[in-house]
Amino acid sequence: MTDRKIRVLIAKPGLDGHDRGAKYIAQALRDAGMEVIYTGLRQSPEMIAEAALQEDVDVVGLSILSGAHMALVPRVLELLRANGQGNVKVFVGGIIPEEDIPALKQAGVVEVYGPGATSETIAAAIRSALPDDIVI
Amino acid sequence: MDLVERALAGERLALARLLTQVENDTPAGRAALDRLFPRTGRAHLVGITGAPGTGKSSLANRLARAFRSLGDCSPARKVAVLAVDPSSPFTGGALLGDRLRMKDISGDPGVFIRSMASRGAVGGVARATAALASVLDAAGYDPIFIETVGAGQSEVEIVRLAHSVVVVDAPGLGDDIQAIKAGILEIADILVVNKADLPGAENTLRALENMLELAYPAGSAERRRPPLLRATATTGEGVEEIVRAILEHRAYLKETGGWQRREQDRLRREFEALLSAALVARWREQAGSRAVHELFARIASREVSPSQAAEEAVKKTMGCE
Repeated sequence: MTDRKIRVLIAKPGLDGHDRGAKYIAQALRDAGMEVIYTGLRQSPEMIAEAALQEDVDVVGLSILSGAHMALVPRVLELLRANGQGNVKVFVGGIIPEEDIPALKQAGVVEVYGPGATSETIAAAIRSALPDDIVI
Repeated sequence: MDLVERALAGERLALARLLTQVENDTPAGRAALDRLFPRTGRAHLVGITGAPGTGKSSLANRLARAFRSLGDCSPARKVAVLAVDPSSPFTGGALLGDRLRMKDISGDPGVFIRSMASRGAVGGVARATAALASVLDAAGYDPIFIETVGAGQSEVEIVRLAHSVVVVDAPGLGDDIQAIKAGILEIADILVVNKADLPGAENTLRALENMLELAYPAGSAERRRPPLLRATATTGEGVEEIVRAILEHRAYLKETGGWQRREQDRLRREFEALLSAALVARWREQAGSRAVHELFARIASREVSPSQAAEEAVKKTMGCE
């Protein structure tokens, strides 16, 4: 029997210095039985894509509070695809205006979460976004 | 080209996926290990161990960077870091935070960092750590740094895995009795007092120096005394000396035959572990589940001891009754 775990990268692209939300989610997903790689503050899209590649993650969670999401998120998606990781599920959390959400989803983001989203909701959304052969 | 060929050709995503297969112990992962085996045995495996918060990740970051710019071979060395963090015994999940301290090497295409959860293994490394190191070895990474779970008194497993073990200490973590108790000094090939800019560093250095004097009395040259070095990983101070010590230890192992001895011990242990697992599986298969249950019941009722039962099973399975 194989021991397959959901591997998640939690990253904070851009320059805002507030990572409480990212840490909270990282911990909550660990408690949901996932292996969470936390890379910390001020990551460039290139660094995030490189970490996602080396760690062979199933999911990337981006936490953005700076307002730069319309620049950063599509860039991360583009790099993931360029690296052959178009199958990686990307979630976004943070302060994202309602009107930007459709465009982000259009670009390939699975779901966008604002303040108040529960960790259970997010963990469940991650599980249902992944193919069935990944158990945990 | 399949995953193994692509990984050997230097494709990083293929390597990452191969590592996942091997870590998850899938049939494809096991087959890949068999194919890669002839190409392994070249890389220098360097363990980095010590208590939580001593700066192992920061030091691994600095060392990887230093080896990248060493300029002692051409093309430049490719360096890998395997960083192990604990899995939760309750949920099986893990928070792997070692990359946090490795930002300045994470953009270098000649460095491959992989975080691993311990997945229930004790002893500081995961069960698959050796296998992942073999894959990176076959893919041409050398040295490979293996950062253990931070614990301090139990990660002796790294000795069996690595050629050289760097034990990292830092000021303010407890008195010198802690260092004696740990047994961690005995496993050190290189001792580093990190955070040497902090108050108390001199005391830590002195305590370790005294310990070393007790353990390696002057004039006895039976065992190699590990160098005691000071460093500040955040600034990079002292890192050059550690690099030199690692290279010296490698040369020492090659000269004295220690390199081969460690390799042979490791491979023999691996073979024996696999053999015993295979024999148990064979015995279960041959005996049938009913006989297995009956035997367990006889052991549980104290009718036969585990060792008597094992002997009986061996005789039956090996067909030499």
